[in-house]
Order: sequence, then structure tokens, then C-alpha cells
Amino acid sequence: MSAITRDEVAHLARLSRLALADEELDHFAAQLDQIVGAVARVAEVAADDIPPSSHALPLTNVFRPDEVRRSLTPEQALSGAPAVEDDRFRVPRILGEEA
Amino acid sequence: MPYDEALERFDPVLGLETHVELGTASKMFCGCPTEFGAAPNTQVCPVCLALPGSLPVANAEAIESTIRIGLALNCSIAEWCRFARKNYFYPDMPKNYQISQYDEPLCTDGYLDVVVDGRTVRIEIERVHLEEDTGKSTHVGGATGRIHGADYSIVDYNRAGIPLVEIVTKPIAGTDAMAPEVARAYATELREVMRSLGVSDVRMEEGSMRCDVNVSLMPRGSAEWGTRTETKNVNSLRSVERAVRGEIERQAAILADGGRIIQETRHFHEDTGRTTSGRSKEEAQDYRYFPEPDLLPIAPDRDWVASLKAALPELPSVRRARLKQEWGVSDLDMEAMHNADAIDLVEATVAAGAPAADARKWWMGELARRANEAGTALAELPITPGDVARVTELVASGALNDKLARQVLEGVLAGEGTPDDVVEKRGLQIVNDEGELSAIIDKVLADNSDAADKVRSGKVAAVGALVGGVMKASRGKADAARARELILEKLGVS
Repeated sequence: MSAITRDEVAHLARLSRLALADEELDHFAAQLDQIVGAVARVAEVAADDIPPSSHALPLTNVFRPDEVRRSLTPEQALSGAPAVEDDRFRVPRILGEEA
Repeated sequence: MPYDEALERFDPVLGLETHVELGTASKMFCGCPTEFGAAPNTQVCPVCLALPGSLPVANAEAIESTIRIGLALNCSIAEWCRFARKNYFYPDMPKNYQISQYDEPLCTDGYLDVVVDGRTVRIEIERVHLEEDTGKSTHVGGATGRIHGADYSIVDYNRAGIPLVEIVTKPIAGTDAMAPEVARAYATELREVMRSLGVSDVRMEEGSMRCDVNVSLMPRGSAEWGTRTETKNVNSLRSVERAVRGEIERQAAILADGGRIIQETRHFHEDTGRTTSGRSKEEAQDYRYFPEPDLLPIAPDRDWVASLKAALPELPSVRRARLKQEWGVSDLDMEAMHNADAIDLVEATVAAGAPAADARKWWMGELARRANEAGTALAELPITPGDVARVTELVASGALNDKLARQVLEGVLAGEGTPDDVVEKRGLQIVNDEGELSAIIDKVLADNSDAADKVRSGKVAAVGALVGGVMKASRGKADAARARELILEKLGVS
């Protein structure tokens, strides 16, 4: 079982746009390692004849007909937005200094 | 580096990724409508805004359309496959992931044949998968309105969640100097396949079909592929061709200089035909794909797939082969009509009663010229196939000659009404009144006695000038053949 490294946590944090301090990287590396370790125990009980699965229910082909349903009004849609401009969600600058 | 020189030194390899927005009434995973151009954030709901507690359900029509696209492209249809989450943090998707397909696409391993300069090129299709479109960001501040240097962005999620099919080719090698035309021919043919299936309106200018163009160069004689770039923002068929050409020239110049190509996304600029660097892809993207837990696997029933296949419409290449036969035209004529987007128009004109040769002549001649002058597509000209058929009928009946017919077409295009209206209003009928024609001829003979004498003395070739004079005097409305007969008769040489 490979341990989650500090570098991996830093990489994940960057992908997730999270600013973590150095001591937090060590802290979370240890925690994530425990979580991954716990989940990995599933592999110990899975026999060769048990295929990997992603869904708990043995269902397939659950679709909806192509029918239009009422949308929210823009007021409703934007009511939870931290910032709004021209009926659009206003978001901070997307590319940071590194871009 | 000039294109020809680039091609002498390097062998281009292409790859095309095409996104097609399906024309379903509702979005991929919710019931929001998909109208283009609606006011911002009026076609959004808890599902496509990713509000807590909402769950997606796949649109049956979108699944069916994707399978039909796969079948039309000669693909195998997966017996079982799943959606996947593509994780990235970017505000064009409110969920912070896009529902897509990863290692289990609905359709794999197909092909599409395209014809360039009479040569058939088979484009291998790697995969066709289904995903959801993203929202539309507008970047505010900064000098260029682009993402770089912007102060902030504003996002409209109307487009987020519209079903999007991605069609990916395998690397296309060995097309040499034809590479730009092959890319364009592929995009054109793909668009027609989509149209024939009725699955999308495939309007590149509205973004319902978008092409990403991958280009890399191999030095001649090398077997090792070069580093590729991916050019986005290619929004017309012509731009596909220009983007490939421009990228071949740019890369060749760098490589010839001993430089190296950076694997990156580049943006195409319509005005210059050049590309500029986008974000670098040198750091491998890490989307952390995993099976989408909120959606159940898809297992298309084999009988259903077989019935979809049996019900596919006549595909464009098959239709063209049929029409070529019916119209009795050459491969090159057919290709020219195809490239001019004239096939539907000619077919409709023939259906309205015109002989195929005449229909082709007018659409590919006078009308193509007019469209070119106006900088518009042939189909956008304000004239119907029925109008064109009527003009051919008037010519066939002798009421118009070609010159007058062109004036009638001009009148119709100018909004003066139907061909018959234009003939009436402009007085464009051929002079069939023998008395009137005779009077015109007498005058022309009197005004051109030298030429008349030459003809009398046996130099029949001189009659051309006299016929020309009659046509001029009648403002083009005389029947030239009849005028010639009458002149010769009057001069006693018939």
C-alpha cells in the first residue's frame, strides 16, 4: 500500500484550487492516506469472480423522454449567486497570475 | 515557411475532434429547453445549475441520436457503457465536473469516406461519445475581451447541459499537400451526415458544430510522429482548411529552424488565418475521471440497435452517387456542386420540373457568381428552386434567351417578385412579333450598309455584326437565331 505523499496532496490542492499551507499538506497527507487505506480493504474481500462495480443497483437504461419542463426564472436562478451582472453569474478572474 | 516548401520537408498528420450539439428539445440530463439565443440564465434549473440534492436523468432521444450517429459512421455500438465524471475547476460548469464518457464511449471504430479531387480518403473514426455542453463565459476587463488579462468573467448557463456528441478521428496520415482540403472535406461530409440524420442543425456560426484541429509534422522519411498542437475556435468549414494550412506553415518554420513544437492548445483567428498560443498542455491534464455514480449504465438492446440501423436514412455519399447517375454528370461536376452546397438546391429545382443540366447550369453559373459577389451562401440567396425551375421553363419555351434569363434572375434576387412578375415588369419577353423584328432589322441594315453589302457579296461571316446590331437595338430581346435567318433572307443569301 503506497502512502499518499505530500506532493500528491499539493497536486490535488492545486487542481482543486485550494490554497494549503505547508503544515496542512502534511496533515492532510496523513489523513488521506488513512482514508485510502480504509477503502483499499474492500479489495481484500473482493474475490476474482467479483467484477468491479460502480453502481449498487443492477439497473441499466434509465432514461427520461425528451420533454421540456419549466426552468427557473433568472431571478430564482441567480438568487444564490454571490455576485450578478447582466443576468449572469459573476465569477472572479479565471486565469491567475501563472497563466 | 511557404506551404509548398513545408510540404517538401514535412509530412503532416491530422486529427479532428468535432463537437456537435444535438437538436433535442430538452437538455441532456434535465428538462430545460435548448433554444439558441435565449435571454441569459432563462433555461436553467437545479440540475444544470448543480444545486444540492438534484440528480441527472439521461435524455432517451440523445442516447438514440448518438447511436444513430455511430451507426452512420460505421461504428460498433457498445453493449454496455457508462458516463464518467471529468473533474475540473472552471466556472463554465457549475458542478465542477462535466458529465462525459471516458474509456467506455457509446460508439467506437468507424470510418467516413470523403472525396477530394476525385480521390477517396477513408477517415478512421476512433470514437463517438456523449457528454454535456458547458456554459458560456464572457470575459470582462483587460484589453482584448479574452480570458487572459480579464478582471472577471460573467457566465450564462443556458448552454450548460445541452447534449453534445464528440466525434474523434484516428490520426490521419499520408494526405500530404491535400491535408487542409481533407480536413475540410471531412468536416463538410460529417455535417451532411448529421443533417441527413436530422440530429442537429450543425450551424458552425452558432456553435452547434465545432471543430478542434490537431496537426503535427513528421520530417520526410521519418517514421516518428511529431508533437501535435490542438487548434480550437475553428468556426467555419473554410476556417478548418485555413487552420490546418496555417499550422503546417507555422510548425514547419519552427522545426526547420531547429526549434521544437510545444504541445498546446492554440486559438484560431478568423481575420488573419493564424493561430496564437492558448494554455500550455505540457503539464499533463489530470481530470481524475471516474464512473458517474448518479447515472446508471447504458446497455443498448441489440434488436433496438439493429432496428435503428435498418431505419437510417440514405446517407449523403450514397445519395450523391444516386444523383450523379440520375443527372448524368461527372465526378468533378458532382464534387463542385457538393463543395458549393448546391446539391440540395439542384435537386429541388429538378423536383420543380427543370432538366438537371439546366438546374445545374443556373445554380453553378449565374447564381453561384451572384452569391460569391454578395459574399453569401448559395442557399441564402433570396430565390427559390421553384423560381429557377420557372426560368428554365421560360427559356425552354423560347420566351426568354439566356441573356434575358439572367436579367430575370437578377430581378428575382432584387426582390421584384416571381420570374413571371419580373418578365412582366421589366418587359423582358423575346421579340416574337415578326413585324417588329423585321422593322428593327431594316433599320440595322440601313445603318450598316457596309456590312450588308459584304454579306450580299457572299461574305456570310459578316452577318454576325448585323445580328449583334439587332440584339443591341432590341435590348437583347430578339431571338438571335431567328434574326439571323431574317437578315440572310432580306439580303437574298439564304
